[in-house]
Amino acid sequence: MATVQPHAVRAGRGVELGLLVLALAIGVASYVLVGIGTTDKVPPDVLEYGLGMAVLAVGIHLVLRWRAPYADPVILPITVALNGIGLAMIYRIDFAYEARGRPHGFADRQLVWTAISVVLAAAVLILLRDHRTLRRYTYTAGIAGLALTLLPLVPGIGVLLNGARIWVRVGGVGFQPAEFAKIAFAIFFAGYLVTHRDALALAGPKVLGLHLPRAQDLGPILVVWAASVAVLVLERDLGTSLLFFGLFVAMLYLATERLSWVIIGLLLFVVGAGLAATAFSHVGARFDAWLHAFDPAVFDKAYGGSGQLVRGLFGMASGGLFGTGWGDGRPDLVPFAESDFIVASLGEELGLTGLIAILMCYLILAQRGFRTAIGVRDGFGKLLAGGLAFIVALQTFVVVGGVTRVIPVTGLVTPFIAYGGSSLVANWVIVALLLRISDEARRPARNVRVATPIAGVPQVAAGGDQPTEVIGGIS
Amino acid sequence: MNTPLRRLATVVMAMFVVLIGSATWVQYAQADKLNNDTRNVRGLYREYGNARGPIVVGGKAIAFSTPVDDPYGYQRQYTDGTTYSAVTGFYSIVNGKSELENAANAALTGKGDQLFFTRIRDLITGRKPEGAAVETTINAAAQAAAVAGLGDQQGAVVAIEPSTGKILALVSTPGFDANALATHDTAAASAAYQALDAAPGNPLRSNAIKERYAPGSTFKLVTAAAALESGEYTPASTLPAPLALDLPQTTATIGNFGGEGCGTDPITLADALRVSCNTAFAQLGLNVGADALRTQAEKFGFNDPGQTIPMGVVQSIFPADLNAPQTAQSAIGQHDVQATPIEMAMVSAAIANDGRLMTPYLVDTVRSADLTTVQVTKPQLYSTAVSPATAAALTQMMIGVVQSGTGTAAQIPGVQVAGKTGTAQTTADQPPHAWFTAFAPADNPRVAVAVLVEHGGNLGNEATGGHVAAPIAKAVIEAVLGS
Repeated sequence: MATVQPHAVRAGRGVELGLLVLALAIGVASYVLVGIGTTDKVPPDVLEYGLGMAVLAVGIHLVLRWRAPYADPVILPITVALNGIGLAMIYRIDFAYEARGRPHGFADRQLVWTAISVVLAAAVLILLRDHRTLRRYTYTAGIAGLALTLLPLVPGIGVLLNGARIWVRVGGVGFQPAEFAKIAFAIFFAGYLVTHRDALALAGPKVLGLHLPRAQDLGPILVVWAASVAVLVLERDLGTSLLFFGLFVAMLYLATERLSWVIIGLLLFVVGAGLAATAFSHVGARFDAWLHAFDPAVFDKAYGGSGQLVRGLFGMASGGLFGTGWGDGRPDLVPFAESDFIVASLGEELGLTGLIAILMCYLILAQRGFRTAIGVRDGFGKLLAGGLAFIVALQTFVVVGGVTRVIPVTGLVTPFIAYGGSSLVANWVIVALLLRISDEARRPARNVRVATPIAGVPQVAAGGDQPTEVIGGIS
Repeated sequence: MNTPLRRLATVVMAMFVVLIGSATWVQYAQADKLNNDTRNVRGLYREYGNARGPIVVGGKAIAFSTPVDDPYGYQRQYTDGTTYSAVTGFYSIVNGKSELENAANAALTGKGDQLFFTRIRDLITGRKPEGAAVETTINAAAQAAAVAGLGDQQGAVVAIEPSTGKILALVSTPGFDANALATHDTAAASAAYQALDAAPGNPLRSNAIKERYAPGSTFKLVTAAAALESGEYTPASTLPAPLALDLPQTTATIGNFGGEGCGTDPITLADALRVSCNTAFAQLGLNVGADALRTQAEKFGFNDPGQTIPMGVVQSIFPADLNAPQTAQSAIGQHDVQATPIEMAMVSAAIANDGRLMTPYLVDTVRSADLTTVQVTKPQLYSTAVSPATAAALTQMMIGVVQSGTGTAAQIPGVQVAGKTGTAQTTADQPPHAWFTAFAPADNPRVAVAVLVEHGGNLGNEATGGHVAAPIAKAVIEAVLGS
């Protein structure tokens, strides 16, 4: 009888703790260096800060030991390191803003958001015992995603800020619902696609070597396309539009393995964005600022010009290979140095070397997500993990690509690093979901024994109830 | 589903390769271009954030930075802005920088190559980097005498130590007060700049090194040098000196200043220089030929686009492809011959230094903030303009100019001055430029000087180089010899 022998899997919690110490050291050392670089003194509250960060990190580490002992050991430390670097940079920019009499105090607020994010991530890990539970809420998630996306358009609570209608303000607290919508959409796409993948993948005519989908299967993709163009036009948010659509196309490809979907999707987006660029001045301005960034007329435009982009490039260039060092640059010369353009701030003070190190962190995070997707056995989990990993990667690409002039600047912010509560909370929730799925993926395959029951051995289901997903997990 | 997952992971990898590539493009490949973009105020802010080194004349700082309580950190100040404006230039947040503030910026900010080890040390010890002091070759007395001599007339004075090339005086009038441009009040600084930019005489542009003028009769030194170097002439050689010289191939003629004769006809070369005889020199120019004139002019520094002191000097021009009438006019410093004041000082300096022209320079020593000497400029030979014998003969002829010729106003009791006047025609409706170039003492020259007064200065049409420019040169020489 062919059996797969369960072998000892290293849960990796010890490795994780070691890496967490390293990640905390990076964050706290950055904090100390910012203090020395800006005020020539070690920050007086460094002990409290270090302890606070350690409590949060070790706290969620203990939650993992309790609720997800087999979770990927690299994801959490990388997230903690990125969050710590971001806090240090925001703290540093606060100093610059304070010295120049501008509004400041971003670091304190970001610290509060960090605590909230970690607690929420822990809550997700504790409450969500099995990611497959989420599949039950496929359409709920879809509707929630749509509602969140449209929320900023509701009069009274939607706020037009810096030219984009992506903010909602309720009772003095503002947030960007799109950051949460992306999670909801990832769940919806995963649930929808795992059910309809066969129809989407196999039916339809073949033209020029491309397997084209059937007309009736085009419906959902057209709906999503229309939604993302609507985001672009109504909310003036190129970034979110790109993010949603990119996520959908990527997950469609994951589900169907059909390149035709990718090509159709990209064509649709290019056409949509092109039409929007010609029809709507605010979208066209973004493209103009990107293509003719150094044109004096575009640079000097008071609104919608390339001033921010080019000033960011100036900052990064002045950082050069090794950067000015914490506190020795002038990141505050770039508008939104603490949020949208924090990548330029990091490039200036940590140099190309530091920026590449940070990019590598994101890359490793995304790749651990893909590894989780490959490791997990159910189709829904594969799609969800792959989609979430891709969101983090795509959002980083769109932001960093915008700042370094690969693509037009969008309104998105860098995950984990940039100032902004919504983004931080949402991305920590993504991390919690990835950790949850990775626990399932890396758990020793007790299912084998379930599949070939042996008398006398009690059946221990990996995640409680075992839905029909086993057949879906073709891989 | 694992195959598309792996492919998507590869796509993500490729996306990050693109990001690393674009970051490298911005922070490495394009960094210099971006850092030098005029809209990039970062470099200026960083410069302001560090103490900028002083510019020093004779042990006294004429430009220095003091700490101030504003975002820039340091305020640039000039002790005697107007006197030294052609030396220091300005250093301004909104208007950039000019002259030494610009040309010696690397040393002043402490970023120069010569300060590499100082920077490494600062990096290791954590010392806040400071700019280096730039000590100039300027002689304060000579500079003051030149400024006083020019007064409110537009013009320039350049004085050079012939044996080394040290620039002892560098004056352009009207000057400007660099403090007005250095203020951190950006609106006031902009307004001051615009006012100066529109002001008559273009104060922001140094007449001494950035403007060209017809050298007029001072160029006869070059023509005489070419003749003597040819070996076919001596100071005693005779030349025809008619009232008017018919130019070949044309109906035009060349006359003498004021339409007068040159005393005798024919006339010796020495006397022709002494009384500045146009017709004799025009004929001499035709005799030695345009090529010989140009070669000689270039040995003195004409047609050199790359001269720096360390500020860039615009090239003085002796044109190519001259026909006979143009050659005749060029020989007396007219037609399209054009020279900067510093160029005419170089001509005198070369003759004073036995024909050896030393490269003029303004920065003597660069001293880091801890007073270590990090760079000393060594005198360099620019060219051997004429032979020692020719230099000696020219010196005697120039002594004649001051003793009993057109330049008697430059006489100094007890000091033998060698000089040459020039009164250069400009446009028909404007008075001529007044020139004087000289060196002294003739037997052991310590200073060579060129003075230019635009359009005759206060004397207007009555002006000659001898009347207007020679007394200023005399004052500068006295200042150098007296100090």
